[in-house]
Amino acid sequence: MNVIVVNGKEYEIRPEHESLTLLQFLREELHLTGTKNGCAEGTCGACTVLVDQKAVRSCRFKLAKAAGAEVLTVEGLIREDGSLHPVQQAFIDAGAVQCGFCTPGMIMSALDLLYKNPEPDRESIRKALRGNLCRCTGYQSIVDAVELASKRMMTAHITHQYGQ
Amino acid sequence: MKNCFRNDALQKVCGTARFADDLSFPEMAHSVPVYSDFVHARITAVRVEEAQNMPGVLAVQTWKDVPGALCAGQINQDYPILVKDRIRSTGDVVAVVTAESRAQALAAAEKVTVEAKPLPVILDTEEAIKQGAVVIPEGLPGNIINHHKVRRGNPESRMNDAELIIEEFFETPLVEHAYMEPECGICVPRDDGVLEIYGSVQHPFSTRRFVCAYLGRPLASVVVHSHAVGGSFGGKDDTASIVCARAALAATALGRPVKMLYDRPWSMRESYKRNPYKMWYKAGFAKDGRLVSVISRTLSDSGAYTSTTPWSTWRSAAQNIGPYVLEDIKADVYGVATNNIFTGAMRGFGSPQTNFAFEQIMDMAAEKLDLSPLEIRRRNAVTDGSTTITGQVLDDHTVSLVEVMEKTASSIGFEEKLKQSSHGVPGKDGKLYGAGIACSYRGCSIGAEGKDFCCATVNVQFDGSIVMDVSVFENGQGAPSAMIILTSEMLGVPVEKIHYQASSTASIPDGGTTVASRGTLVGGGAIKDAVDKLKVIIAEALKAELVDEGEEIEFRDNRIYGSRGRSLSWEEAGRKMYLARVYPFAFGTFQAPPVTWDEENGQGDAYFSYVYSSQAVEVEVDPEKGSCRVLNIVASHDIGKAVNPPMLAGQIHGGIVQGAGMALSEKFLVDEQGKALSLNFSKYKIPRATDYPDITAHIIENPDPLSPTGVKGIGEPALELISPAIANAVAAATGQRLTSLPLDIKSLHLKESE
Repeated sequence: MNVIVVNGKEYEIRPEHESLTLLQFLREELHLTGTKNGCAEGTCGACTVLVDQKAVRSCRFKLAKAAGAEVLTVEGLIREDGSLHPVQQAFIDAGAVQCGFCTPGMIMSALDLLYKNPEPDRESIRKALRGNLCRCTGYQSIVDAVELASKRMMTAHITHQYGQ
Repeated sequence: MKNCFRNDALQKVCGTARFADDLSFPEMAHSVPVYSDFVHARITAVRVEEAQNMPGVLAVQTWKDVPGALCAGQINQDYPILVKDRIRSTGDVVAVVTAESRAQALAAAEKVTVEAKPLPVILDTEEAIKQGAVVIPEGLPGNIINHHKVRRGNPESRMNDAELIIEEFFETPLVEHAYMEPECGICVPRDDGVLEIYGSVQHPFSTRRFVCAYLGRPLASVVVHSHAVGGSFGGKDDTASIVCARAALAATALGRPVKMLYDRPWSMRESYKRNPYKMWYKAGFAKDGRLVSVISRTLSDSGAYTSTTPWSTWRSAAQNIGPYVLEDIKADVYGVATNNIFTGAMRGFGSPQTNFAFEQIMDMAAEKLDLSPLEIRRRNAVTDGSTTITGQVLDDHTVSLVEVMEKTASSIGFEEKLKQSSHGVPGKDGKLYGAGIACSYRGCSIGAEGKDFCCATVNVQFDGSIVMDVSVFENGQGAPSAMIILTSEMLGVPVEKIHYQASSTASIPDGGTTVASRGTLVGGGAIKDAVDKLKVIIAEALKAELVDEGEEIEFRDNRIYGSRGRSLSWEEAGRKMYLARVYPFAFGTFQAPPVTWDEENGQGDAYFSYVYSSQAVEVEVDPEKGSCRVLNIVASHDIGKAVNPPMLAGQIHGGIVQGAGMALSEKFLVDEQGKALSLNFSKYKIPRATDYPDITAHIIENPDPLSPTGVKGIGEPALELISPAIANAVAAATGQRLTSLPLDIKSLHLKESE
């Protein structure tokens, strides 16, 4: 039996689901609608989730390929005590949220970056978010947010505790 | 960094905000549209039988199934919910297929066939207005759908007095809004016959008008709800509403909830875009740089249907030469029908195009007259008491154009940067460097193009908490957050005390569309009126308790204060008012100050006030690659008063980057037959995070006496002048001028060998 772990919970991948994309599975089967579908061709990044701690475009990622993997979506970031992940909090504080449709994907791409590079400069942040389109913010406040999150996370010495 | 307030940010960072496609209802069916391969044709048959027999199919509906008007629209009632006998554009929908699942609906839609006799396809406005061109709109003698004029003075004779005449043609392309969330509409029929609508729509009342027109229903029988919307930029009015109407068409036929979700290619193919413009300008200048005459002619491509073209072209007429004083002008702006995808409202609404033209003319004249771009603008700028080209005297608000321009210029160091510009001679690194500036003024709100009013309610509960509702809607810009902040300031309560209604068409009367950068201005004005009335009610109810004869009650520090140390918490006040059987509830309105317009000569007080803006950029042009990189951007805007500064900055950043996309990369492509080619983001290039630098935004505050809260607007001012600033910088870098958008750097002759 194929299984997939999403936000710490294990789910069975039934044979009839194997042809689905990871995005379809998340939204339609698990009703995790935080992950968005902007283009379905892998160019806008709204569907970005982490698979084994790496950012992937879930709209082009076959569910079968995710068998056995651990998937993290935006819904999995909030802590058990209800507190927000520092990246989420930074997006709020820096004014990085406007329409919010790109936000979940942006947050997941930012997490992917901060795993690899806990103290990125603005140019590195912009490069890391190149695959995520936003039409509202002009990206500047999003770069501010990732910078702020990095600063706070470094200060709190919790850089090894992303996500779960 | 000042923390930002948004009442919807928490749910948006947690993934729990519900956008239309995140909603589902029991027994919900799924609808999809059916297009044809034709662009312009007379339909002879639409065959649906095979589709009807496909698995899971519940209904295949065509124009015959439409109970109300086949066509509706914001101005002319010409947009068909489903086409009857004539296809006019590639985005026209001939049928709606509804099935148990979306996959089944998609499979069945493939089986609908359309037979039609092709008609000549016209994609160019100049072709469309030629004698003998096939007429595209129903019931019109030709393809000109509207004509706005500005007539003032004697431009022909004054042109003869000009020391310098600049004559130039400018062109701008079809531009897509590219909101990140595609259209989605859901209709849930209620057991009492009312239709509940959820959708990715810009303004629920507009959606209700479309739904009721097509379904032949009274307005009161449809409720359109508001919820998270993934961006609109003017683009989720007509098409998004029509998607909701199609869902309603299916839902009423089936008696079940129906969702119609658009994928990106459908959205790109069908949704309206920014009007392409062709502009011919002849501008005469005196030796000292003062404008003496302008004669201009503009063709705006409306595409196959009218939508808001008569309104956006009106702004192009009223603001035809930007923020400059001129006594003698003749301007003609035409809306022209073609077989292109229809065009309508998009952030800027008729001004980004004319600004692109005239702000370059100002620089061209400056160069010829050996003046700096700043000096020629100083000499022509509107100032306090100036008269606009429409005869409006600007004497009732602070006319701050020069102030914002000097702020931008000093911030970027413009004069120095311009001196350093390459003017076609590459630096040691082989690159060309240039600086450019542009200015604009923008009439606030909708002006004389329509009725301008709005409403709000403020409702204090008996425990002292506050519910508010404003007929301004959230598209991502942060309107409710601004409304909450304004109310909290007026009542002296923390923002947490105020709960914003998820407003619907049943919770508050129509306040006019959330367009024209008017949300904060008109919503804030309505709130001010409501709060003023509320304070009178509360003071009357509590005066015996709190004050002596002739004394005033104060609302501050989260309490209600009287004299001699007497005060009440809001909870205590709420309780006391309940016991006294008083409703602490007020309905407020905003009525825009009067505007006037004479359509015959294009004269009048077009807008009650104006936003003044200036933006400057530095660019680096690579002659080898034929590319342009923007190195630095500075913007200054007089928006009256800042309500939520971090969100205001976000509007400026976002507007500039969107406008820069129009300047350098965005062009919606259609083939020679009028079929859309730019069907997804791989074929329509909007700016990415690495494309533009950080922006320095200066917020100038001259509170506007004509706005009850002093506030003006920012959504569109932020976008409307960046493309000429970039074009002027490219000209300073290369010594050559580009007059079409997007700027085609590769078309310039920049390499030494050339």
